[in-house]
Amino acid sequence: MRILLVEDDPTVRGFVAKGLTETGHLVEQADNGKDGLFLAVSEKFDVIILDRMLPGGIDGLRILETLRSQANATPVLILSALADVDDRVAGLKAGGDDYLTKPFAFSELLARVEALGRRGRNESAPQTKLEINGLEMDLLSRTVKREGQKIDLQPREFRLLEFLMRHAGQVVTRTMLLEGVWDYHFDPQTNVIDVHVSRLRQKVDKPFEQPLIHTVRNAGYMLRAD
Amino acid sequence: MIPAPTEPDEQDLPERRRGFRLPRLSLKALRYHIGGLRSAGVRFALGYAVLFWVSAGLFLSVIWWGTASLLQRQVEASVAADARALSERWSDGGLSALALTIEDRLEDNVDDDALYLLVDPHGERIAGNLPSWPEAVAMSNVWYQLTIKRAGIRGVAEVQSFDLPKNYRLLVGRDVRGRSTLRHLLTDTLFWAWGIITILTFVGAFFVRSMFRRMISSIARTTSAIAHGDMDRRVPLSGRGDEIDEVAEAINEMLDRIKRLMDGVKQVSNAIAHDLRTPITRARAQLEYAALHAKDETTLRAAIEEGVSDLDNITAVFEALLRIAQIEAGSRRSAFATFDLMPVLSDIVELYEPLADEQGSRIVLRAPDHLQFYGDRSMIQQAVSNLIDNAIKFSPHNGTITVAVATGFNPAPGDRAGGRIITIDVSDQGQGMTEADMERASERFFRADAARNTPGSGLGLSLVQAIVQLHGGVLQFYSRSPGLCVRMYLPLPEDDGKKQGTDMTEDSQTYHLQDRPDLLLSQS
Repeated sequence: MRILLVEDDPTVRGFVAKGLTETGHLVEQADNGKDGLFLAVSEKFDVIILDRMLPGGIDGLRILETLRSQANATPVLILSALADVDDRVAGLKAGGDDYLTKPFAFSELLARVEALGRRGRNESAPQTKLEINGLEMDLLSRTVKREGQKIDLQPREFRLLEFLMRHAGQVVTRTMLLEGVWDYHFDPQTNVIDVHVSRLRQKVDKPFEQPLIHTVRNAGYMLRAD
Repeated sequence: MIPAPTEPDEQDLPERRRGFRLPRLSLKALRYHIGGLRSAGVRFALGYAVLFWVSAGLFLSVIWWGTASLLQRQVEASVAADARALSERWSDGGLSALALTIEDRLEDNVDDDALYLLVDPHGERIAGNLPSWPEAVAMSNVWYQLTIKRAGIRGVAEVQSFDLPKNYRLLVGRDVRGRSTLRHLLTDTLFWAWGIITILTFVGAFFVRSMFRRMISSIARTTSAIAHGDMDRRVPLSGRGDEIDEVAEAINEMLDRIKRLMDGVKQVSNAIAHDLRTPITRARAQLEYAALHAKDETTLRAAIEEGVSDLDNITAVFEALLRIAQIEAGSRRSAFATFDLMPVLSDIVELYEPLADEQGSRIVLRAPDHLQFYGDRSMIQQAVSNLIDNAIKFSPHNGTITVAVATGFNPAPGDRAGGRIITIDVSDQGQGMTEADMERASERFFRADAARNTPGSGLGLSLVQAIVQLHGGVLQFYSRSPGLCVRMYLPLPEDDGKKQGTDMTEDSQTYHLQDRPDLLLSQS
């Protein structure tokens, strides 16, 4: 993916850019609001990572508002030290697609950026069926089959699996699951998510030879075919 | 300013200087006491004084003017009546009758203030008590004011002349010496009254000013003491319950709130200073040790990973602290809305059920089907999650964690007495808490001895406490045998409370909190 990274702190910028390049993305960098805005409007990107507080008179939200007012729908991930709920709401209202507070783990950032990039590509056609390596999910009848065998899932387990399948091949972090499946925006002290995923594994993976749900160390989970 | 007695030559000079200085001093003192026009008290008192003074002056002037003109009109009316009667006498009985009548009238006049003069066409006096026709009186039916001399006394008279047939002329008047005396008396009296009123005005103004000063200065003293750091000072109340007391109460309330907020900030900074040092030290030691002693890459990596996870924990603690401080500051009411509490609770229970299952315990939810609640949904979620999280941590194998919701009435006296409240209980069957621990349980970073070895930051219950307070509720801990029950008392919105009461299922209890009269659902 072609990613624009607008971040003024050189250490954070270097760290993120290096990480994204290593995972096979093309990264353009800007260290102030003016350059960032210029790049964002003049070139085409798959995802923009935007710091909120930027030098150069133009802050992240201004860039975002300008982009949206020009009908530019490039997915934007806001990166900010402002962890306040109100700040988060302000960022999302301005047209941001996701919000990540500093300090963050790179794996979390990567997972979210890839999710955004994917969403930008296949949002056009609403899907009724998801299928990965013999695991089929019918979104209309809300049934799941694997190798022709029906799997009974609780409503929440269904939504968890749906989320994983929609992000198949990508890392999905625990926070993303908590936000996407449960709509909770706080960190529970214990890792309740792990238990839910392991229950889902019991039903989806255990009776079969090849596991589909993989744990990615220090990051989260991934549903993939190999 | 007392001269040094060693120099007798200069004795005279400082003496004189002191003489000069005294008025200056007193002027300064006066200015201090009055405070100049910048003082609101002085302006207030002066305004009062001027208003009172002017209105008293107006009032007295009206009295004076009214009395004087009444006297004037009386004179005019009696002269006119006299003249009319006399001219009738002329037409009835002619000159002799008129002359006789005039003599009669003069004799009957007890006050000796009547003036008559009847003259023939040559100006010769026929009857009356004036020696001759005054030269000034030329026209008839016009008032003249004359100085006349009668029996050796000069006086003022008001006269009018009337033309009679055959060029005879009649002069009728009144000696107004008495009236002038009365008027002078009245003027003097009113003047003195005004003088006294002026003095009273200034005395009153002084009292008004000092009263004003008294009530303002107690507030000013308190606020300036607070500004200088004495946060415990409060504005004294007079107990009369007047407007001043209302202002004082409002200020005191504000000060209480400021103090609470400052305490919160102090607690957070203390927490950062003391409690965050430990994990930071650990992370630092971890990384430093690895940098110095790691033999191979694997150990180095492991150490760095551990350091990073330590830092993540520190961040989490930071966020929790800030969040608590923010909630305690009461600035997060913007997200308050009415929502159905029950699906929110069942979602949380569902989220934690597998976790409890893993630990060998189970969660039971006892609640009505629907319950409208007014508050911040995400905060209530977090509070209940924290409580369930705790309960799971301390629940024994095969234990039951109960989440029970009930509605009831607030029995506490005060504004919210009798208001509908909701209680959310989260109880476990673990080892419980001692009384002393319960009291400190919601303090930041407090961890009971029994909990030292479980993961956690000691901020979970502080956050719950802050959330409950933001919603105007109370958090209480009760001992169960065995176990602990944490109960949140939260006020319900008034309007749809009654409607919801019927939705309650049979098995959910209704608490009438008579057994907890000490419980106060106070405003946070």
